[in-house]
Amino acid sequence: MKKPDTLQGSLDLLVLKILSRRPGLHGYAIMTAIKDASGEVLSAEEGSLYPALHRMEEAGWIGAEWVTKENGRRARTYRLTTAGKSRLSAEETRWHAVSSAINRVLLEA
Amino acid sequence: MSLWTRIANVLRSDRLNRELDEEFESHIADAIAEGRDPAEARRAFGSPLRQREASRQHRVAGWLDGLRADLIFGWRQLKRNKVTSAAAILSLALAMGACVSAFRLIDALLLRPLPIASPERLYGFARHSFDSHDKPTAWDGWAYPDFALMRAAAKPDADLIAASYTDRTDLTYATDEEMEKGYVQYVSGWMFDDLGLKPTLGRLLTEADDRTPGAHPYAVISYDYWKRRFARDPNVIGHTLRLGDQLFEIVGVGPDSFTGVEPGIVTEIFLPTMMHRWVIRPDADWHRTLAVVSPGATIEPLRAKLEAVSRNFDAERLKGEKGLTPKARDSFVNYRLSIDPATSGVSVMQEDYRRALLWIALLVGLVLLIACANVANLMTALAAARGREMALRVSIGAGRLRLVQMVLVESAMLALAAALLGSIFAWWSAPWVVRLISTPDNPARLILPADWRVFGFGVVLVIGVMLLFGLAPALRASTVKPASALKGGEDPQSRRRWMQAMIAAQVAFCFLVVFVSGLFVTTFHRLSNRPIGFDANRLLLLETVAPHGQPPAAWSQMADTLRAMPGVESVAEAGWPLLSTGAWNGSIAINGGPPSVDWGYFLTISPGWLDTMKMRLIAGRDFRSSDAFPTTAIVNETFVKLFFHGVNPVGRTFEKAEGNGTRTPCLVVGVVADAPYRYVREPILPVAFVPYRELDDKGVVQPEYSGTFLVRAKDSNPMAMAQEMRRKVAQARISFRVSNIQTQQELLDAQTVRERLLAMLGVFFAAVALLLAGIGLYGVLNYSVLQRRREIGIRMALGARRGRVARLVTAEVLRTVAVGCIAGWALGIGSTRYIESLLYQVKAGEPEMLAVPPIAILVVVLSATAPAVSRALRIDPAEILRSE
Repeated sequence: MKKPDTLQGSLDLLVLKILSRRPGLHGYAIMTAIKDASGEVLSAEEGSLYPALHRMEEAGWIGAEWVTKENGRRARTYRLTTAGKSRLSAEETRWHAVSSAINRVLLEA
Repeated sequence: MSLWTRIANVLRSDRLNRELDEEFESHIADAIAEGRDPAEARRAFGSPLRQREASRQHRVAGWLDGLRADLIFGWRQLKRNKVTSAAAILSLALAMGACVSAFRLIDALLLRPLPIASPERLYGFARHSFDSHDKPTAWDGWAYPDFALMRAAAKPDADLIAASYTDRTDLTYATDEEMEKGYVQYVSGWMFDDLGLKPTLGRLLTEADDRTPGAHPYAVISYDYWKRRFARDPNVIGHTLRLGDQLFEIVGVGPDSFTGVEPGIVTEIFLPTMMHRWVIRPDADWHRTLAVVSPGATIEPLRAKLEAVSRNFDAERLKGEKGLTPKARDSFVNYRLSIDPATSGVSVMQEDYRRALLWIALLVGLVLLIACANVANLMTALAAARGREMALRVSIGAGRLRLVQMVLVESAMLALAAALLGSIFAWWSAPWVVRLISTPDNPARLILPADWRVFGFGVVLVIGVMLLFGLAPALRASTVKPASALKGGEDPQSRRRWMQAMIAAQVAFCFLVVFVSGLFVTTFHRLSNRPIGFDANRLLLLETVAPHGQPPAAWSQMADTLRAMPGVESVAEAGWPLLSTGAWNGSIAINGGPPSVDWGYFLTISPGWLDTMKMRLIAGRDFRSSDAFPTTAIVNETFVKLFFHGVNPVGRTFEKAEGNGTRTPCLVVGVVADAPYRYVREPILPVAFVPYRELDDKGVVQPEYSGTFLVRAKDSNPMAMAQEMRRKVAQARISFRVSNIQTQQELLDAQTVRERLLAMLGVFFAAVALLLAGIGLYGVLNYSVLQRRREIGIRMALGARRGRVARLVTAEVLRTVAVGCIAGWALGIGSTRYIESLLYQVKAGEPEMLAVPPIAILVVVLSATAPAVSRALRIDPAEILRSE
C-alpha cells in the first residue's frame, strides 16, 4: 500500500477527528463540520471527500450505515471503528510531529 | 476482508452504483436545503459520473471489474455473430475433443506410469539380431533356465522378474460344465514384492511360491476380476480353479489399481512361473524378462554382464545342435541384449499401436491447427469490422493491454465453450476407439481414467489454442491507429496478407491430412481385398476341448454329428483355424540334407478340410481317413518353391527336423494353393498340412485334447447356429466342450483392425479438415469481396468484364492455395519415411496417391469460392457509386 501523502493524510485526519467527536454524520455534514470547525479556513472538496470516505471505509477505519432522515431521504452516515480510532491517534501523532518540525524550520529561518 | 468486499462488489455492481448515486443525490439535496442555488450546488459537486468512478476505484477490485465487463461484452459479441461463433466453437470443439481423446489413448497405452512403487526403476529386456535375410529383428521372449542364470548374475544391482505373455485361456470353477475364458499370466512369485504391491484380500504370491517346478498350485486374482467375476465376494479365498489338468487355489486378491504390466490387457489371474509346463525347457521362449533396478545401479555394466550370461547360455544350448548353418547359429547366439525403461509396462499392443497412435495424434493436431487458423481468420475479420470501435476505445484512453485483454477474453470464451463441448466428445470417443480395436476373441481393455493428467492436458490445450488463434488478432487490434482507423483508411492489405498466410497453412495441413489418410485407406482396401486362397464366408469355427483326450475317431464322429444338423453344408476338423495367429514350426530337411534355416509351418487337418475351406488342390490328392502323421503331408505352393525348387513334389519325401536331432519323414501326397497361415500381412509362409491322426514312435494313435471344427453353413449368418452347435456337442459326448465360437470372417477382420481404425479415422479427419478449410476459405473470400466492394463497383462501372472481376476476386486465393498445396506435398513426401511400416503394398510416391489430395482440395476451393464470386458479380456499380 502506498504511503498517504501529507495533504491526503490531513483530509483523513480531519474526517477521522470530526467523526470521533460526532459519530453518525453523513457526507454533507462532515463537509460543513470541517468548514465550521476550522472557522471557514479549511474546506473539503466534494471531489476528494467522497473518494476519501469510501477509501477509508474499504480500509476498515470507518463504518457506514444508511439512515432515513426526517425528509424521507436516505443518507449514508459514517462512524469510527476501533481500527479507525487507533488510526486517528497515529495520524494525530504524525501531524504533531510534522507540524512541529515545520514550525521549527520557520522559526530558525 | 477488504479484498473480499471489493470482489463481492464486482458482482453487485449495479447496486453499488445505485447506492453511490443515492449518496451523492442526498448530498446535493442537503446543499439545496441549506439554501444554496441548485445549479451552483451541482456544479460545485462536479460530475457525479466522475465521482462515481473515483469511488468505485476504491470500492471495487478494478481488474476484476474490467474482466467482468469484458466477459459481458464478449458474450454480447459472440451472441451478435451467432453463426460465426457457433461455427468456430463447433470446429474447435471437434478438434480439441479429438486431441484430448488421442491424448487419453496415448497416455493410457504409452505414457502413464504403472501403479507400482517405483515405476521409473522398472526395465524390460529384448534381444536384437538379424534374420536369414539380414533384416534386423528383435524378440523379447526368454527361456526360464536362461532367466534363472541371468537373475543370479544380476544381483545385487537388479532383481529380475519373469512374466509370461498374458494368454486368454479356457478355465473352469467348480465343475467342468461351465467353461469360461480368463486372462492368465505366469509371473515370478517375487514380482509383487519387487513392485511394492499390497493385497486387497488374502496374500500375494511370494518367492516361496515359486521354487520347485509344479509344486505351487496357487493363484492370485486381480482386483478388477474379483469385482466383475466374483462381485467382491470375500469368500473367494480358497476357491479352486482348473486350468487344463491343473488345479489352483486362489490365495489372494491384488491391489485396486494394478492390472498387470501389459497395457491393453487387464490380467485377471496370476500364477507362479513354476507351474508353467515349459519352465524347465531350455529351448522354449515363453516369458518376458523385466528388471527392478536397485537405486544407484548403472544400466550399462549390468547390460553387458547379462548379455554375456545369456549368450553363453545359448551357445551351450546349441552345442548339441547338429546341422545348424553357421549363419543361423551366429544369429541365435551373437545377439545384442537391450535393457529399456518400462515405466509404463511392456505389451504387444504398445508395439502394434505406438506408431499408429502417433500418426492419429499428428492428424488430430493438424486438424486442430486448421481449426485454429480458421478461428483466427474469423476473429481477424470480426476485428476488421470493429476497427472503428477499437479506434474509439484507444482515443478515449483505453490502454493497449486493456484491449489485448478484451480480445483475449473473447478468445478464451470461445476456447472454453469449445473445450466443454470437446470434453463431451472426448469422453465418448476414446472408449469408442478402444472398442473399435477390440476383437471378439481378444478384447482390448485400456484403463482410461479421467484424472488430473487428462485435465491438465485439457487446460494446457485450452490455453495453447486460445493463444494460437486469439493472440495475433488481439495484438493487431491493440496496435490500431485511431486517426487512420476513424478515417476508415487503415491498411487493409496487411490484414489480408495475414489471412492469406493462414489460408496457405490451412491448405498445406489439409493436403497432408488427406494425403496420409489416402495412404491408410488404400492400405486397408488392398489388405482386405487381398486374395486369401480360401472362402471365409459362412464359416463357423468351434474351438473344442476334450480335457481327458479323445482318439481321432471320436473327433471324427463328432464331426459327423455336426454334419447331420440342418443348415450345415460341410464340416471338417483342424488343430486350429488359419489366421488365428497360432503356429507350429520346424526345420525342413530334403534328401537327408541339413535342416533348413527357414522354417516350415505345420497344421493338422482332417480329410475334407480343404473342401470345407474351399482351397484349391493343384496336384495330388486330399487326405484319406487312413492317412496319419507321420508319413503323409500336403504342402502349399510356397513350400514347393522354397524346399523343392518348384519341382512337383508329389511322391517325394521331406523330413521335419527337431531341435534334438530326431527327424520325422513326410510323404507329399498333394499340393494346395497358397493361403495366409498366421497373419494376412506377412508374406505367404511355406506350410505343410499333416493329418490330424497322429501316431507316436511305436505307431500308436494319439489322443487329441483340443481342436477346431470348421462348419460351413448354408445360411449367410453362421453365428445364428452357434448356441445350437454348442449344445449339440455337449449332448453328443459328455467329454467334449466347445470353449469358443467365432467365424473365420471375424478372424480375418481381427487382423486388419489397426488398418481399419487408421482408415476410418483418416477418412473422418480428412473430411473434417476439408470442411474446415472450405469454411475458412469461404470466410476469407467473403471478407475480401466485402472489403473491395467499392473497388469492384468502380471497375465494373468502368466496364470490367465479369470474367475479369471473377479473376480479380479469386486470383490471390488461388495462388495461395497453390502455394499451400506445394508445401503440403513437400510435407507429405517428407513424412513417408516414417509411415511405411503402417502401409501395405502402397507406395507414397504412387501417382494416384499424389493426385487425390489436390483434386479434393480443388473441389473444396471451387465450392468455397463460388458464393464469393457470385456475390462480387452481383455488386451493383450504380449503388456503390451513389453511396460514395
